[in-house]
Amino acid sequence: MTAYIIRRLWQMIPTMLGVILLVFILFNWIGGDPAYVLAGKISNQEQIDNIRRQLGVDQPFYVQLWIFIKQVLTGDFGASWSTNEKVSNILATRLGPSLTVLVPLLILDTLCSLGLALAVAYVRGSLTDRLVMIVCTVGLSISILVYIIVFQYFFAYKLGWFPVQGWGNSFRENLLVFSALPILIGLTVSIAPNLRLYRTFFLDEINQDYVRTGRAKGLSENRIMWIHVLRNASIPIITHLMAGLPGLLLGSFLIERFFSIPGIGREVILAVERSDFPVIKALTVYVAVATMVSNLLADLMYKAADPRVQLK
Amino acid sequence: MANDIAMNAPTRMVREVPHTVSPGLWALAWKRLKSDHVGMVSLAIVVVFVLMMIASATGLIAGDWAKETGVNYAPPSFLGADIEAGTPAASATPAASATPAIEYKSEVVDPIGDVLAELKGEKKPAGVDAAAPAGDAGKSVDPLADVMADIRKDAKGKRAEVADARAPTLPLGGDKWGRDVLKKTIKGSETSIFVGLAAAAVATFLGALFGAVAGYYGKWVDDAFNWFYSVFNSIPYLLLILAVAAVLQQKGTLTIILILGLTGWTGTFRLIRGEYLKHKSREYVQAADAIGASNARRMFVHIFPNISHVVLVQLSIYTVGFIKAEVILSFLGFGVPVDVVSWGSMLNEAQNELILGKWWQLVAAGTAMAILVTAFSLFTDALRDALDPKLKGLAGA
Repeated sequence: MTAYIIRRLWQMIPTMLGVILLVFILFNWIGGDPAYVLAGKISNQEQIDNIRRQLGVDQPFYVQLWIFIKQVLTGDFGASWSTNEKVSNILATRLGPSLTVLVPLLILDTLCSLGLALAVAYVRGSLTDRLVMIVCTVGLSISILVYIIVFQYFFAYKLGWFPVQGWGNSFRENLLVFSALPILIGLTVSIAPNLRLYRTFFLDEINQDYVRTGRAKGLSENRIMWIHVLRNASIPIITHLMAGLPGLLLGSFLIERFFSIPGIGREVILAVERSDFPVIKALTVYVAVATMVSNLLADLMYKAADPRVQLK
Repeated sequence: MANDIAMNAPTRMVREVPHTVSPGLWALAWKRLKSDHVGMVSLAIVVVFVLMMIASATGLIAGDWAKETGVNYAPPSFLGADIEAGTPAASATPAASATPAIEYKSEVVDPIGDVLAELKGEKKPAGVDAAAPAGDAGKSVDPLADVMADIRKDAKGKRAEVADARAPTLPLGGDKWGRDVLKKTIKGSETSIFVGLAAAAVATFLGALFGAVAGYYGKWVDDAFNWFYSVFNSIPYLLLILAVAAVLQQKGTLTIILILGLTGWTGTFRLIRGEYLKHKSREYVQAADAIGASNARRMFVHIFPNISHVVLVQLSIYTVGFIKAEVILSFLGFGVPVDVVSWGSMLNEAQNELILGKWWQLVAAGTAMAILVTAFSLFTDALRDALDPKLKGLAGA
């Protein structure tokens, strides 16, 4: 087990180097000269040279690459180009609001979709199953933008059940007042695809012999579905959940933008609009690390979910 | 579609489809697809949308989407114009007085409309001139009076045209500048579908090519491509798209196709690589080797047709995903430029219109997209079932 983890961590190094190289090529090479972006329209050559020196982009490429690698290793990505705030500080302060929305959303979404998927898989082929599938397919086809615009207009603006947008100072208020509508929208958008996906996972299992054996020896239907089928379908479910986990770090771009939630997603959009490369670079690297770690965790969880799995 | 081509082919059953390498699969798939009613209806809807896109791209319909044919926020015809009673837009005489000061667009079309209105005494100018005498008295002290007379003469034709063209209602309503929402929706479908299809083609091509090379050659080539894959895969898709969008400063339809295409190939790569690993040691490939087929020939002439159904389904899945992605990117302003209409930019405008109670643009763009995406997803499912009937059993439907 330990040997396996060490080997996996070792294997992350080339991937990490690849991510660094990709980000470097994107931002330092294709991205062009940021000095022109920063200096704006009324810049003179002296100003541009100054900015270039400050950012280190007047150095040759290999020096810049070395600077970037050092930044990744130390976790210090310098300051934002537009606000001069420390990048680490930006990410640290924006993470809380993002998680306030996304963690409850992830938990509720997983519980609802798993329960509903198990239920419709149990009555597969019935009218209920078909109706749910039709609703899911149509629901999936409506743009998330339409959900956000309509829900915000209707529930917040017209009916006044929720604040239209904003963010408070206390965690309790943020979670219960300001996050409620974003979470509701998030659920509406995410349950449909997850329900469909989990349903296929359960259908793969529900026709297996062990289900028939369970029935033959007199197990209750609840026990068969919730214990046997759910456990056997857990590997693809874990894969799916763990793949979504790094997304928590990213926040939700659209929801945070519409509801003025000061999270990471909104910060990314702002950074892209302002060509604020350090923020995007730092976030890309952090999320890449998180993705690799969560992939490793997923593999370790397979072993816990199914003892037959061999880690190699 | 395949049917039309099949008409020209010889009538023997196996030759009826335009594919010479593995005809059985396609003929069977088409037969299965035809018996799938949901699939056929979806296909018909998709074909209608694609025809609409082509007609719009060639300028047959909706070529004049940017023309302001109705009054501002003209309501849809089925509601009638009277729901607007009491708002400035409906009570107004056309053109000048219906134009609030913030709307620069109208000024572009009718550059001296306000001045003319002022001269005629139709409208009191705001601000400093508010107290100025109207009508003839005003003209006599105007140093530009002579010039204005000429300008007025020139503008007369133009102004009349604009005034005549403004309808109180439009089939699906009008937007802020009185442009026809129906035409905008059609024009928007052109952008969205074209971007979706083209980006899907780029992504599927890259994924299939990389997957074929990696799976076929194996060894260090496979390692290299897998490394490349894991690098791309460890950056979340949306962040990668935004990062590329941040870096590529110029906006344009081509840029967004490249962004989506270059970042989206990983899923296809994984699938196609797996298929090539499976196929490369099969007998028919060994036989091709025995008759001296080159590597490239074995890869693309012998193996590729056997996995082309996977590619086709991927293409279809990608198209749906990219149409949705384009709408979001354009909404955020990272997509198509402002002078190109897309469903995303329509939704962006509609967001503010909804507060004013003008819901028709939101409904038009949202519904058009939902219909297309539903039809395309259902068609994709039908296509997959038709091409790979084994999967249908698994899905348990």
